[in-house]
Amino acid sequence: MKTKTNGEARIGFYVCHCGTNIAGVVNVAAVAEYAGKLPGVVVSRDYKYMCSDPGQELIQTDIKEHNLNRVVVASCSPLLHEHTFRTACEKGGLNPFCFQMVNIREHDSWVHDPGDPATEKAKALVRAAVKRVALHKPLEVKRTRIHPDVLVVGGGIAGIQAALTLANGSQNVYLVEREPTIGGHMAKFDKTFPTLDCAACILTPKMSAVAAHPNIKLWTYSEVVKVDGFVGNYKVQVRRNPRYVNEELCVGCAKCVDACVYKEEKFEDEFNEGLAKRKPVYLPFPQATPPVVVFDPDACIQLKTGKCKKSCLEACDRDAIIFDQKPETKEIEVGTIILATGFRTFDAGRLPQYGYGTLPNVYTSLQIERMVNASGPTDGHIMLKDGSKPKAVGIIHCIGSRDNRTNRWCSRVCCMYSMKLAHLIKQHTGAEVFNFYIDIRAPGKGYEEFYEKLQEEGVHFIRGRVAEVADWPLTKEEEGKLIIRVEDTLAGFVRRIPVDMVVLATGLEPQPDAQEVRRLFNISCSTEGWFLERHPKLAPVSTFTDGIFIAGCCQGPKDIPDTVAQAGAAAGEALSLINAGFIELEPNTSYVVADDCSGCKTCIPLCPYNAISRDEEKKKAVINEAICKGCGVCVAACPSGSIVQNLFTDDEIFSEIEAVLG
Amino acid sequence: MEMKTNGWQPKIVAFFCNWCTYTAADLAGVSRMKYAPNIRIIRLMCSGRLDPQFVMAAFARGADGVLIGGCHPGDCHYVEGNYKTLRRMTLLKRMLADLGIEEDRCRLEWISASEGDKVKWVVNDMTEKLRALGPLDLPGKHKEWDAEMEALEKEVQTQQEGEPSHVH
Amino acid sequence: MSTKPKIGFYWCASCGGCEESVVDLAEDVLMVTGAVDIIFWPCAMDFKKADIEAMPDKSIVATLLNGAIRSSEQEEMAHLLRRKSQVLIAYGSCAHTGGIPSLANQFTREQIMKFVYEDAPTMVNDQKTHPQPHSRDNGHELEIPVLRNVVRALDQVVDVDYYIPGCPPTPKLLKEAVLALLSGKLPPKGTVLAPDHAVCQECLRNDSKPQDISLTEFKRPHEIIADPEKCLLAQGLACMGPATRGGCDAVCIKGNMPCTGCFGPVSRVHDHGAKILSYLASTAAGKEEDEISATLAGIPDPVGTFYRYGLAKCLLRGKVS
Ligand SMILES: Cc1cc2nc3c(=O)[nH]c(=O)nc-3n(C[C@H](O)[C@H](O)[C@H](O)COP(=O)(O)OP(=O)(O)OC[C@H]3O[C@@H](n4cnc5c(N)ncnc54)[C@H](O)[C@@H]3O)c2cc1C
Ligand code: SF4
Ligand code: SF4
Ligand code: FES
Repeated sequence: MKTKTNGEARIGFYVCHCGTNIAGVVNVAAVAEYAGKLPGVVVSRDYKYMCSDPGQELIQTDIKEHNLNRVVVASCSPLLHEHTFRTACEKGGLNPFCFQMVNIREHDSWVHDPGDPATEKAKALVRAAVKRVALHKPLEVKRTRIHPDVLVVGGGIAGIQAALTLANGSQNVYLVEREPTIGGHMAKFDKTFPTLDCAACILTPKMSAVAAHPNIKLWTYSEVVKVDGFVGNYKVQVRRNPRYVNEELCVGCAKCVDACVYKEEKFEDEFNEGLAKRKPVYLPFPQATPPVVVFDPDACIQLKTGKCKKSCLEACDRDAIIFDQKPETKEIEVGTIILATGFRTFDAGRLPQYGYGTLPNVYTSLQIERMVNASGPTDGHIMLKDGSKPKAVGIIHCIGSRDNRTNRWCSRVCCMYSMKLAHLIKQHTGAEVFNFYIDIRAPGKGYEEFYEKLQEEGVHFIRGRVAEVADWPLTKEEEGKLIIRVEDTLAGFVRRIPVDMVVLATGLEPQPDAQEVRRLFNISCSTEGWFLERHPKLAPVSTFTDGIFIAGCCQGPKDIPDTVAQAGAAAGEALSLINAGFIELEPNTSYVVADDCSGCKTCIPLCPYNAISRDEEKKKAVINEAICKGCGVCVAACPSGSIVQNLFTDDEIFSEIEAVLG
Repeated sequence: MEMKTNGWQPKIVAFFCNWCTYTAADLAGVSRMKYAPNIRIIRLMCSGRLDPQFVMAAFARGADGVLIGGCHPGDCHYVEGNYKTLRRMTLLKRMLADLGIEEDRCRLEWISASEGDKVKWVVNDMTEKLRALGPLDLPGKHKEWDAEMEALEKEVQTQQEGEPSHVH
Repeated sequence: MSTKPKIGFYWCASCGGCEESVVDLAEDVLMVTGAVDIIFWPCAMDFKKADIEAMPDKSIVATLLNGAIRSSEQEEMAHLLRRKSQVLIAYGSCAHTGGIPSLANQFTREQIMKFVYEDAPTMVNDQKTHPQPHSRDNGHELEIPVLRNVVRALDQVVDVDYYIPGCPPTPKLLKEAVLALLSGKLPPKGTVLAPDHAVCQECLRNDSKPQDISLTEFKRPHEIIADPEKCLLAQGLACMGPATRGGCDAVCIKGNMPCTGCFGPVSRVHDHGAKILSYLASTAAGKEEDEISATLAGIPDPVGTFYRYGLAKCLLRGKVS
């Protein structure tokens, strides 16, 4: 096979022990000795921690002393430390791309048993890297400008916090929320654990701040429909769904709601979790932001048939109602994007043994959140279907969590909010409250103390997964009650506990459209559907797509303090890019060798970014390297081998294939 | 060495895309999942970079199996690279079959960044299947093919100039 | 004795087309014969092997050998001519990349013998007699060459200096090669004496080729009457012009037939068939496996299509089991 070398290679080779992470499985001394004999290698060393400062200095000194022009480090994944070592090379005076990394930790020592096969594998991978690095050419990093504007998707507490942090730091922010109002789940709560401060008191000011902020463009009832471009230069299309109201004019006085031909509230009120009804025109809740009404096109007679009296029109003294409003698409340019699309709760109907939807007085936790809320459907009164106060309430934890039949994960907040609800129910009604739990998970600041406080308040805690909620009495006391059958695993026997009301602590799930959303933004999801962070510890709000960050429950279940912290972190990451003004891009782009190209046009339609065009004069293909993202699809297809991908040239890959095989 | 302890061990050359399958293999590592040490992973930015020539070269150089890993359809970091991979692999598999390479020797798997366990499963499963198939050993086979020419070549080397030869 | 440089022609496993291409030089043949002494050309002149053996080593300036190497006799001649020639040129697809004969590498020698001497529809051979390398007839020892296991390109048997591609090579390439030889201005050893770009560049239909080909159907040349102006690939024919070395002036396409790849790949490609496969499959439409398969079903014989002239040079070298 024909290979080109660029001058005689003088390679420095380093194998890392990573403490015992690598050295405990792979014989690093043997690898170093072996590498030392490979063609071109002039120094070969093993060292405890290559990524440490002394490790990096070792490379830098060797480059100077041994006049190295190539470096290979065998250690962990390049996704983790490639940048570290490239920088070390650069500091040593070497072009950072005359470097190759060998993954012998994640791909070797961590997945194989100690012994010869693991060491042989390390040697094979090292051989390949040494062979390929000799072909590396010095490359220039390219910089791309970061557009300073930011898009935040989702207006729950995460999106609100991120938008405000950025806007306060004088960035322009577009906040896109799908629902008619921002606030997300938190807007539905009365109090928040563990401090029991009033949710509205802490959230509403933030919501108004968003609406009033000169740097925030708030688009509710809107969705992102298209995302093009790349870090620093995203082009986004946002569809603004018609709410049939001029947002600029409407002040949310709700005169139209009063004037509506429907005198009764007849339609399912989503915000109140089905506990109340609303009219075809409505304000989701009093503090809805923006304070603008919405027309439900499936309910409004005018919108459905065009044959309504339209008494609302007359009632509106600001002429804000526009029945022929059309969806509108806005095109914006942003440099970074924060996704904060949150979660949905588990559908309790999926577990029929708990009677949700079939037995009266079985509620989900969110319904109770609405009930205890002073501005909710019952004005803050916890009541049974017949209007009376419950005397005994059972709260069942882990509904749709920690269960192989539904979701395997712990939803993290249900223990805490169940205790919060237990406290609130007891406070509002004086009822006996039983919490049925598998384990109590209260690992936050002040959380364990909250659990203790609840026990002191006399809330009962029964350890056991509830088998069933039934309505068939065995004794007189059980008559007219809901009976919770559970094995009390602390007491060691099966119990039947009669209550008046059951609350199901439904777990957190990814949004139903999480897959579509992540595709739109070209990021990854875990198998369950939570957005995947770049690194669980070191890059928890970054994604594999540069310039796109995630915050809040779209990444996984979490409480408000963690959500807010992540939102701040995501805003910080975005700000850091914006402040730098540019980002360095991997130079692994492709280029056409004009002399070789036959102008066959095969590559042109293959590029997903339309980076390839035809020079009509020369009749050859040309790649715009500013647009190319370096996938290499065109290189693989080029029928005459006339396209080269930097860092992944044919020669480099063929040499790797040859060398891994011996 | 592998050879000493267990005799022949299948060799798998794998081409994993950076964004999904390579990352999944990293995850398998971070999660300390143990799998067969027979695989040698070569990183590509996208499975769409996979030139069928690479597969041919790997077999020719002694691979017993070639594994290609990319993002699930619709998930490619570069939008559609993996569809191009699928198109090439569909035809390549047919051609390899015609060239006498058993189906199990060349495998395309979609493995997302979160499927570390799938990496483990696929590598183990493929190793098992290759073990059952036995060595492909093309370098050995090619050598064997060419052994038939050796006698003549040797004779040619030792021949006196101008002397007639009769070797078949 | 003439002092003109001595040139030899020889043929191994070939069809005779390469010989024809020498004659196709037309009047230029005179230029060639005027400038050189053709000392060995079994197709046209009577020379014996012994005459060659009698020559001093390296006394032939250049031998142009066509045909693939299948038999022990061809192998032997290749070695002999290598020894006697300063420059050995693999002439034509068969010597260059194995050619059509190397498609036989899809079958074992035994399969071939059995088919030819037993199963072929035109064969009557109740005794199932196969040719034997050694036999006696009428008191004479008879020897015939043996068939090797595989078909080889010339450079898989002996060291080769240059290649002139094509099935057959065009007279233009031959003339240029002879002129280069005479002038002594030869490129580095191992060079293919043809341009290192693909046929598409020379094709007059290139301008008509759309920039967004995405085929839902591949057709075979006998299935359609191709528009003589438009790119053949765009018409669904698996034209190999994009992946095949140029130098032919796209003659087949001028004859309204798609390029079938006889010039082999350009220097940057290691495996011609795999590369043809790669770009043709990339040109196919479809996202679902069955959709893709349906499109690609129009290429019923990938090996025969993509390695038509070069199975010996496929990295696998033929069918492996
Ligand atoms: C019953 C219950 C009680 C809880 N009580 C507490 C408590 O007391 N204390 C506490 O700390 N935590 C509590 N939590 C947890 C808390 O709800 C979450 O931590 C918090 O809501 C997460 O905020 P978020 O912004 O990530 O998601 P969300 O609140 O879900 O907000 C996401 C927002 O994004 C919008 N959106 C989604 N998809 C799109 C899209 N494609 N385009 C545009 N917009 C989109 C949604 O409409 C929504 O407005 C409780 C959870 C539950 C279920
Ligand atoms: S490498 Fe990928 S992104 Fe770059 S030009 Fe080629 S096809 Fe387009
Ligand atoms: S007919 Fe063949 S050679 Fe001519 S332009 Fe089309 S693909 Fe290229
Ligand atoms: S990036 Fe994984 S297949 Fe394209």
